[in-house]
Amino acid sequence: MEIRPILNALMRNKTGLILIALQIAITLAIVCNSVFIILQRIDKVNRPSGLDDNNIFTISSLGFAPNFDLKGTIRQDLDALRALPGVIDATTTDAVPLSNGGWGEGFSDGPQKVPEAQRKNAGGAVYMTDEHGVNAFGLRIVQGRDFNASEVSIRTKDDSGHPTSVIMSKALADKLFPNGALGKTLYSGISGTDTATTVVGIVERLQEPWVNSQEVENAVIFPQVQIGEYDAGSSRYIVRTKPGQRDAAMAAAQKKLGEINKGRIVRDPKSLQEIRGQTYRQDRAMTVVLGTVIVALMTITGLGIVGIVSFWVTRRIKQIGTRRAIGARRFDIRRYFMVENVMVVGFGVVIGVVLTYAFNLWLMQHYELPRLDWFYAPLGAVLVMLLGQLAVFGPATRAAKVSPAVATRTV
Amino acid sequence: MFAYYLRLAMISLKRNRVLTALMIMAIALGIGMSMTSMTVLHLMSSNPFAFKDEQIRRVQLDNWDAKSPYNDRDPTEAPDLMTYRDVTNLLNAKQAQQQVAFFPNVLAVQPAQQAVKPYMAEVLFTTQGFFPIFEPPFKYGHGWSDSEDRGATRVVVLGSETNDKLFGGANSVGRSVRLDTEDYRVVGVLDKWHPMPLAYQVDGGAFNDPQQMFVPMSIGIQKQLQSTSNNSCYKDSGVGYQGKLDSECIWFDMWVQVKDKADAARYHAFLDNYVRDQKKLGRFPRPVNNKLRTVSEFLVAQHVVGRDAKTQVWLAFAFFLVCLINTVGLLLAKFMGKAPEIGLRRAVGASRPTLFAQYLTESGIVGVAGGLLGLGFTSLGLLALRHLYQGTPTGKLAELDWAMAGSALAIALAATLLAGLYPTWRACQVQPATQLKTQ
Repeated sequence: MEIRPILNALMRNKTGLILIALQIAITLAIVCNSVFIILQRIDKVNRPSGLDDNNIFTISSLGFAPNFDLKGTIRQDLDALRALPGVIDATTTDAVPLSNGGWGEGFSDGPQKVPEAQRKNAGGAVYMTDEHGVNAFGLRIVQGRDFNASEVSIRTKDDSGHPTSVIMSKALADKLFPNGALGKTLYSGISGTDTATTVVGIVERLQEPWVNSQEVENAVIFPQVQIGEYDAGSSRYIVRTKPGQRDAAMAAAQKKLGEINKGRIVRDPKSLQEIRGQTYRQDRAMTVVLGTVIVALMTITGLGIVGIVSFWVTRRIKQIGTRRAIGARRFDIRRYFMVENVMVVGFGVVIGVVLTYAFNLWLMQHYELPRLDWFYAPLGAVLVMLLGQLAVFGPATRAAKVSPAVATRTV
Repeated sequence: MFAYYLRLAMISLKRNRVLTALMIMAIALGIGMSMTSMTVLHLMSSNPFAFKDEQIRRVQLDNWDAKSPYNDRDPTEAPDLMTYRDVTNLLNAKQAQQQVAFFPNVLAVQPAQQAVKPYMAEVLFTTQGFFPIFEPPFKYGHGWSDSEDRGATRVVVLGSETNDKLFGGANSVGRSVRLDTEDYRVVGVLDKWHPMPLAYQVDGGAFNDPQQMFVPMSIGIQKQLQSTSNNSCYKDSGVGYQGKLDSECIWFDMWVQVKDKADAARYHAFLDNYVRDQKKLGRFPRPVNNKLRTVSEFLVAQHVVGRDAKTQVWLAFAFFLVCLINTVGLLLAKFMGKAPEIGLRRAVGASRPTLFAQYLTESGIVGVAGGLLGLGFTSLGLLALRHLYQGTPTGKLAELDWAMAGSALAIALAATLLAGLYPTWRACQVQPATQLKTQ
């Protein structure tokens, strides 16, 4: 191989070498980190909520008429919603999954009198539903049982009820009760300090409403119904339908609720799919933006290499002609430029790998991003190497076509 | 002279159209990317109350749990909202020029005309200080006074959109609006007002539209309401609404207006003393940690600027850097390719400064063209962002503003001239003798 002469020639033209290498280095750093961010966002957006996302909608109402009977209206609403064609089940709820709004609570496996260090503690979301909650959410119970009607208590402004049982997500159950949660007592502050509740069921998965939360699968369902606890007159429902009947049921629900009681405003009918779309919009947009950056960057870098190498070829036409005249084959000429490109890009890759990890470190510090997996930089290096070879192919072919005759000609 | 340089540059640029197009595209893409992300960041980080930034101050008292800070990720941070007890005490103390406390909730609007269906309106339950502090522009009327606050008088200030909807834009001062079965007297109507970000109340969404109705805060207390955007407690709140009012639960935003920096220091000292007094009552278990931030400091502390927006700006500038390096390389290639021509021209008498000016003109043209095309890319980029981020803050903010457009052009030109410096300098180093000899 003619590595030495190529290296010598390169060293005579340091500027070109540095310019290409720098481009390659920055490109590598950006591409690796962007791909990393993109894959993470895709993971995040595709996480299952635990609910039957595609067949669920939510609707809420706010009464304004004097003497508005919230309790009676809720009962009528639920009966009407459950009777609608296509509806599987309906429940009241305090929070809507994926909506970024809800009740956060601290949970523990022991009461407050036990020193904090000797308890297991975790934060999580509270969902308050009636005994139809699990079915209306479309959750899968993996252990234990569903709520029954007698367990449901009412929360009002003055009385936060006395829940005795809960159903919790497996993720939170594993955290607080590593030896099995079923039948254990969960402590929270939901109805006064040290509200003690028995874990009667565990669902496979249930996300908190806050999708950017660190521990997104920490959720507990309390069998409670809020009747004017915070907003007099307001109620919210989650309804699950048979596949394909959601939109029709949603329209029917809005109409029906409006008829049941005219002294209120029925609002925000929305499918969970739509809520999911809005909630993750930023993340999806970010992946598109980063994807665009990657493509544009690779294009620019590739074209830049084409430009500079074309120039090198033009400058070396006489030299190439001479080499051809004294016996070099076309293949040798092309190989010269290809090998040269490998060396230049390789130089860039060395700087680029350092930059990649430095950039990642910076992102870790400022944006709480995890550490880049080790294979990103090598894979990225192979990618930019291929890009370099692709870019140099055209100019190298042109060089290979130089006729030996030009060597004998003075320009 | 310059016209001649321009003509020379055009001839030279036309000679190698592909290379020229490549350079212009590189600059344009770089400018487009950076300006798109900069525009969003610029608007996200703007401060609608910059005109009295020193005077408007956010009050934050650390009333949180002795055992765990309000924000685990940043234990030095005080809660951003306040308790009813504290806002009441501070409002009554009247130790600042102006003070305001508020929280958002909703009321059902029942319009008089049949044409408009009843609807829910976001209402800001606020004390009268809101109007003198944030100075929203009044089209008709004015805010209310302390006595309306004290008496929970049913008065309302309408936003211009709501006034258009309910009263067809007419002067509605003195007329009444039916909210939750009660009549409220309109005392003021605002002109169009869209502070961006919504600095006075960021926790409900920093880029939301402002509320369209303002009523005395005492009405909200009478109706036993809490905030619809954020309520936090660290311990049991006691029985009933009165229990919540007496508890350490926070849901009030509070701001004051001070004269200047010195006055702010005085008020801060007053707050610290207040907390020490309260400690005697067994409240405020944590060390004294009160904040009295300016609007801009508060926006920073609340992380109003999204992380993605910042990341995008960094990426875009790295991208722009690559584009510039690219341009340096291409210009270098181009100018070095003209070594024989340069040699000849030097030989027939062109001085180095002349040549320098000529070649720099060429880079300048590339820069201007790249900048103009880059502006096009910027508007395309913003259009794409508006579409991608529909319904999110970024989607609202992705509008080209002329200051940014101007700076885009200036940056493109400056960057390209800078990128052109080295290649031009190299070109001027050509020795006429060697070049002529090889001809």
